[in-house]
Amino acid sequence: MSAQELKIQDKKPVQPNQESTKTETCFAPHVDIFETDAEVVVLADVPGVTPEDIELSLEENILTIAAQRQPPKHMGRLILEEYETGHYLRRFTVAETIDQDQIAARLVDGVLRVSLPKVAPTQPKKIEIKIG
Amino acid sequence: MAFIRFVDRPTFRNPWAEFERIRQGLDELSRSYGEKGKNQPANVYPPLNMYEEPDRLLITAELPGVRVEDLSLSIDGETLNLQGKRDNHQSEPGISYHRREIESGSFSRAIGLPVKVDNERVAAKLNNGVLTITLMKASAVTPRQINVSAE
Repeated sequence: MSAQELKIQDKKPVQPNQESTKTETCFAPHVDIFETDAEVVVLADVPGVTPEDIELSLEENILTIAAQRQPPKHMGRLILEEYETGHYLRRFTVAETIDQDQIAARLVDGVLRVSLPKVAPTQPKKIEIKIG
Repeated sequence: MAFIRFVDRPTFRNPWAEFERIRQGLDELSRSYGEKGKNQPANVYPPLNMYEEPDRLLITAELPGVRVEDLSLSIDGETLNLQGKRDNHQSEPGISYHRREIESGSFSRAIGLPVKVDNERVAAKLNNGVLTITLMKASAVTPRQINVSAE
């Protein structure tokens, strides 16, 4: 058992770029981003969505994680509500040069893991100067 | 639906009738106050939502990153206990973090159930980080349809 107790983290609502006609709540998922020598990894908490509902894109160095959460099935009368559900949306600017064709994503237990492999740095070209 | 109790009938020459009326008013007040329990943030992880159907209770919780084997549920009378842990430590060496928002740790929560449930018929499933617990109400509190027959 880990020594630390898990605490409730507030869900941060976000506004999509355009206002939608339906009033839908959108939350920014909590993320971990780390870097190894070979790749940049983004972990995002997106409970309640299926792989088909997730849209990932990397355009002009902007990584977008968007997930549509299906509204819950009618489950009777709500008698206790301690959390809200909604779609997920978060964008990041990726500073490193990423090999776009090698991006991979997995969804395990409601956590999305996106690996962004870095492009191998090109060898700096040495220019020899001749004494003429 | 108006719910009329036996004691709600007008009581003539009852010196306590006025007190009874005040008590009912207070009951009404506390009932409407109870409704405000909705949409109140929890202070213990994980936050839960609870739904009531005529024959069952459904409890849902968002538990991203918690594996099935790290989750334990138990029911003791009218108390449901929920325990587990989340381990988000990365094993790869030589990593540097840009952002760290996801926490690791354990959790333990007990919740009192509003109605009696059948302890033998409890089902729970963890799907895409969402836990759904289905508790069947005890047969004594399940509403029963009464057929009216004409003679």
